[in-house]
Amino acid sequence: MTMQEDHKDCFVLEGKMALPNQYFAGRLGSRFLIAIRDRKKIMGLKCNQCGKTFVPPREYCEKCWTKIADNWVELGTEGELVNFTVVRYGDRHLPKKPPYILGQIRLDGADTPLVHIVEGIDPREVESGIRVKAVFAAKTTNTIMDIDHFEPV
Amino acid sequence: MKKHAKNGNVAIIGIGQTSFSSHKEDQNQVEMVQEAVINALADAGLKIGDIDCIVHGNMELFEMQFAPDLWHSLGTGAYGKDEYRITTGGTTGATLVCAADNLVASGLYGTVLAIGMEKLQEGNTTGGITNMADPLWFRNLQTGALTGTTSDGACAMIFTSEEKVKQGTKNPPVWIRDHIQVHREETIPNLFGFNKPEMTHHCAARTLFARNGIQDPVAYFDVFEMYDPSAWWAVDWLREFFLLKGDEHLRMLEAGDFDLDGRIPINPSGGVIASNPIGATAMLRPAEAALQIRGDAGGHQIKKEVRHALASGFGGTFWTVLMILEKELNWQEVNHD
Ligand SMILES: [Zn+2]
Repeated sequence: MTMQEDHKDCFVLEGKMALPNQYFAGRLGSRFLIAIRDRKKIMGLKCNQCGKTFVPPREYCEKCWTKIADNWVELGTEGELVNFTVVRYGDRHLPKKPPYILGQIRLDGADTPLVHIVEGIDPREVESGIRVKAVFAAKTTNTIMDIDHFEPV
Repeated sequence: MKKHAKNGNVAIIGIGQTSFSSHKEDQNQVEMVQEAVINALADAGLKIGDIDCIVHGNMELFEMQFAPDLWHSLGTGAYGKDEYRITTGGTTGATLVCAADNLVASGLYGTVLAIGMEKLQEGNTTGGITNMADPLWFRNLQTGALTGTTSDGACAMIFTSEEKVKQGTKNPPVWIRDHIQVHREETIPNLFGFNKPEMTHHCAARTLFARNGIQDPVAYFDVFEMYDPSAWWAVDWLREFFLLKGDEHLRMLEAGDFDLDGRIPINPSGGVIASNPIGATAMLRPAEAALQIRGDAGGHQIKKEVRHALASGFGGTFWTVLMILEKELNWQEVNHD
């Protein structure tokens, strides 16, 4: 049985919000992006105490709260796809035309995964555990999209 | 007649601040939050593992972010802990202190860390404030605007139980004797008001002082850290907070009573007109009042001993928070109406 709401003569006020805003990458986030842009290198921050290497970079080790902001290490531009999902709906704000693969890539030398797009393999055939490599963007935007995508090695 | 008594006593045992600036491009939000948390932990001589619960606060609409408490969890240390999120406009920072006070007083948690932050440079404050007005009766009649300065920064405070204080603290504890919140959203469009309402500051002060047996607040308190977003508001507000009559507040001002060496010094920290990182602003008032009690306010420490401090928060819409901080745990609970 369907309910019938009586909304005759009930006004609805239309609203529209357009609120420009920014996000500061910070010194560490900016350094990470500059290494990708200028040297095609992906850098991580390592905690010598815990032996863990974090990417994206963070100022303090999340395990022991040691300051690691200066302990940069170079990671491989290749790694393992440790998890993924397939984006199947299209929307204006999405970076690619669906279906596409959004993956978690654990780069060689890192302990935490980096989220990025995986191309060059059919979404129906992708599996966790495959080796992928970074493909850098031809044109910089000073964002994480300076890596255009990852693709199978 | 009843007694207004807490279930358990609560002390401030750690205070941490970042610098306050309108140029913090060098830090992202997580890093800024963590700076305040690390400073508060160092001040308390604690590690993040000693914290049982985190209370996070900011005006998420101002930075255009959803669930900032989750976003900031690496910086707050909330990973794996219980956490609450508070968003009450200008009063956010003071509400954080009230919430932490209640959480510890209830006995639910032993030690609670509260963190207030804002990065007003990143967001759209006017857009956020405009959305506070009732869309049906009021929004298209007014525009929102922040009435004070805008800053980036964070403040963190650590609260613990009397039981834990007895085991020893790095710095002297500052006790939260009582707090009150009063708000009157409905008076802005005066939708339901048949009579001129009592100002929230006056209502808060009258109620708080009565239930604590404070007859003469000017004589009782040694310092008042007042949330005063625009310098010219302070004068009228002092009349309300100290329950003064007529032009008594103006006479006191002329007599120098509110000066840093006066009878009741106001805002030795510089107050909200010096820095206004919204989610932290109202927390900085009790934080600075507590530093005055400890004698740790540095260059702006007032000269006479501070034993009893008053701190307030204010925000939209007509929302007042008022709290009493004490150096000694020796006050008498009183009966009141
Ligand atoms: Zn570590």
